[in-house]
Amino acid sequence: MIAELGHYALALALCVAVVQSTLPMIGAARNDTVLMRLAQPAATAQFLATVVAFGALTYGYVTSDFSIINVAQNSHSLKPMLYKVSGVWGNHEGSMILWVLILSLFGFAVAAFGNNLPPSLRARVLSVQGLIGVGFLGFILLTSNPFERLDPAPLDGNDLNPLLQDPGLAFHPPMLYLGYVGFSMAFSFAVAALIEGRVDPAWARWVRPWTLAAWTALTGGITLGSWWAYYELGWGGWWYWDPVENASFMPWLAGTALLHSAIVVEKRDALKSWTILLAIITFGLSLMGTFLVRSGVLTSVHTFAVDPERGLYILGLMSVAIGGALILYAIRAPSMKLGGMFQPVSREGGLVMNNLLLSVATATVFIGTLYPLFLDATTGQKVSVGPPFFNAAFVPVMMPVILLMAVGPLLAWKRGDLPGAMARLWTAALFSAAVAAFVWTQHAGTAFGSIIGFAFAGWLAGGTITEWAARIALFRQPLSVSLSRAVGLPRSAHGMTLAHLGLAIFICGAVADSYWREEVMVNAKPGETISIAGYDLTLVSIQHSQGPNYQTETARLRVMRNGAEVTILSPERRFYPVQQMPTTEAAIHSTFLADLYAAIGDGHAKAGWTVRVWHNPLVPWIWAGCMFMVVGGLISLSDRRLRVGAPKRGQNLSSSETKGPESAAQPAGAD
Amino acid sequence: MNRLIYILPLLLFAGLAAYFATPILQGKNPHTLPSAMIDKPAPLRPLEPLLSSKPGLGPTSLTGDVQLVNFFASWCGPCRVEHPLLMQIAAAKTVPLYGVNYKDAPEAAVNWLAQLGDPFERIGRDGDGRTGIEWGVYGLPETYVVDRAGRIQYRHVGPLSRQTFEETIMPLVNRLREQNE
Repeated sequence: MIAELGHYALALALCVAVVQSTLPMIGAARNDTVLMRLAQPAATAQFLATVVAFGALTYGYVTSDFSIINVAQNSHSLKPMLYKVSGVWGNHEGSMILWVLILSLFGFAVAAFGNNLPPSLRARVLSVQGLIGVGFLGFILLTSNPFERLDPAPLDGNDLNPLLQDPGLAFHPPMLYLGYVGFSMAFSFAVAALIEGRVDPAWARWVRPWTLAAWTALTGGITLGSWWAYYELGWGGWWYWDPVENASFMPWLAGTALLHSAIVVEKRDALKSWTILLAIITFGLSLMGTFLVRSGVLTSVHTFAVDPERGLYILGLMSVAIGGALILYAIRAPSMKLGGMFQPVSREGGLVMNNLLLSVATATVFIGTLYPLFLDATTGQKVSVGPPFFNAAFVPVMMPVILLMAVGPLLAWKRGDLPGAMARLWTAALFSAAVAAFVWTQHAGTAFGSIIGFAFAGWLAGGTITEWAARIALFRQPLSVSLSRAVGLPRSAHGMTLAHLGLAIFICGAVADSYWREEVMVNAKPGETISIAGYDLTLVSIQHSQGPNYQTETARLRVMRNGAEVTILSPERRFYPVQQMPTTEAAIHSTFLADLYAAIGDGHAKAGWTVRVWHNPLVPWIWAGCMFMVVGGLISLSDRRLRVGAPKRGQNLSSSETKGPESAAQPAGAD
Repeated sequence: MNRLIYILPLLLFAGLAAYFATPILQGKNPHTLPSAMIDKPAPLRPLEPLLSSKPGLGPTSLTGDVQLVNFFASWCGPCRVEHPLLMQIAAAKTVPLYGVNYKDAPEAAVNWLAQLGDPFERIGRDGDGRTGIEWGVYGLPETYVVDRAGRIQYRHVGPLSRQTFEETIMPLVNRLREQNE
């Protein structure tokens, strides 16, 4: 009964979405306020209907209603409650419901808080958002209905893939989707602007927070996924350039570019058509991420069941959405007025370089992901592209990005003073050299690449802090003045500082781990000791026990350093009988400087157990760096100027900000 | 010229969409990409053994029985997914399973097998990927069915699923066994 209600709610949501996508658009064209206003209640109704559908499916999972095929295939009565709930989106059908739930949530947000948008723009944005809703709701109802019944109902379900039964992964898809779908907002705004035929700073002021929110969520989602892979797959690495990882990384790169180019539109009224194109591309890449995992075009750990019908539908959807938007772009963009002019050396120039390089980086990942398929389709030639390609091609593209990241924020808008900026960067250069020298003394004889990596991280951190310190006049004014300046600084400035610092911290972690990782694998019996990186691990015992829906072997490893006990590590090897699948649960001892990581493999009391231990230096910095980026994004989002519904105060603030280094070229009419 | 720049994204996208659509419209299942090598002798230069305890692969290793040849590497994520199934196939001894360790560091591969178990009867090392190129491997894991005469009969791309193994591969293996008897 509840499931049928959910099914009905989905159909209702589709009907409302059809209304939402047509009438307001017609209203906007005819300047009919009544029709335009229809968009808000429609968006609200679509959201509520989707909530009911999502709730109904969740109810099916929580109560283990195995008469629903979807629940029977992906759940089990013994599964812990957290994974019953996360099982809702751990499969194709359910994840699509989550997708439209988030989509309609964003539409609802524009309906509820968009009072300060020009009415015609709001109507068009909601219409485009509704159109995406039609596409996805239709997709669910036609090809992936999660509410189908099964008669007779089985006694118990097939269980969720044990690899996915993990707290990190429980929240990975929702975060990722918040990001993917968040970019639909930027897309809807871009298409609405193309239909309206104009883009102004007010438009950018709206697009920025949405993009920022999406970017922040996507950063968090990718981090969670990577963290999960690190501790759950039990092979010590954190990024594998897997096609599906790449599918989420590409929108991130393009979204990062979009985030920065939207600033130029807002502050300088320039780069308009490029920003619109980026918004379309970013959402296109998000859709592609959805398409790739469901079409069977690429195979990977993440892929859902392959179904050509579904692949074709999503491809059609993508063609209509992205193709349509690009046709509109080809027609409308050339007539878009050029905005403020600027010199190559200026804040804008720096952001243009950022955009160019990030686009090249996106293209690199794109090619690396699809090239093997492409070459096979066109020439029949087979190649294999693995991590070596990405490390060789991606890293060099990102290096100039890092170099420029320190310089860009120090340049003024419109016309920058490069020698002046470089002169202020001597501290950063010094810091970078100091970091490199320190690394050299700590790891004498280490590879040249690691020194370069740390030098870059030092340069970025130094440059970022220099810029922040200059803004609050640190050490040049009494501390109290600096403090009050720091409080008065717009939060987005703090956010940027944190996010850029986060990247520097991340680079340290990534470089250290790829150059200095140590690994030991032995066949050990209880009582034997393994030595790695100054630690001695003694295998104390191996115990068998029974979990809620698995059997497990738990090893106890006593970790000693310089004769003192540090901790006990308890890696597990689990076996899930329903899915006939073993998983490894690594045990990790994290310190500020490194992870000690242990996993066990097959074994018997006679022959001993395979024990693998890694010493992964600075890996915690990878997660810390990503956390910095997410927190930076959140702080920036809380900036009053970006906050939805407060544009008036924002105006005041941005004019009071004219004391900052960017004051010289603050355009008079930016608002 | 100027206008062309604005149309360019559309053209690029159209090309891409067409490229994605073709295999789906032709009804190809990407897991069973046809191999140009089907029904041709499996090219096999001598491959040195990965483990000292097990033989490698040579030109004559692939004759005698019908066998599966699995290309794997320690850096390959999906290989890990299919590994438990390979272990079960090996335990059931229904069909000989040979491994080709593709573009991998030998120590890493040895560790990998020690940790997850070793399902293979023979393992050859294809360090530079030449054998992979000759067989037409483009993404790991890939599994080939080779008949008694050493000819490739089937190619599966991506991690092997129980369903594929039971419904496609085993019937084919049994058929090939009967044919040659």
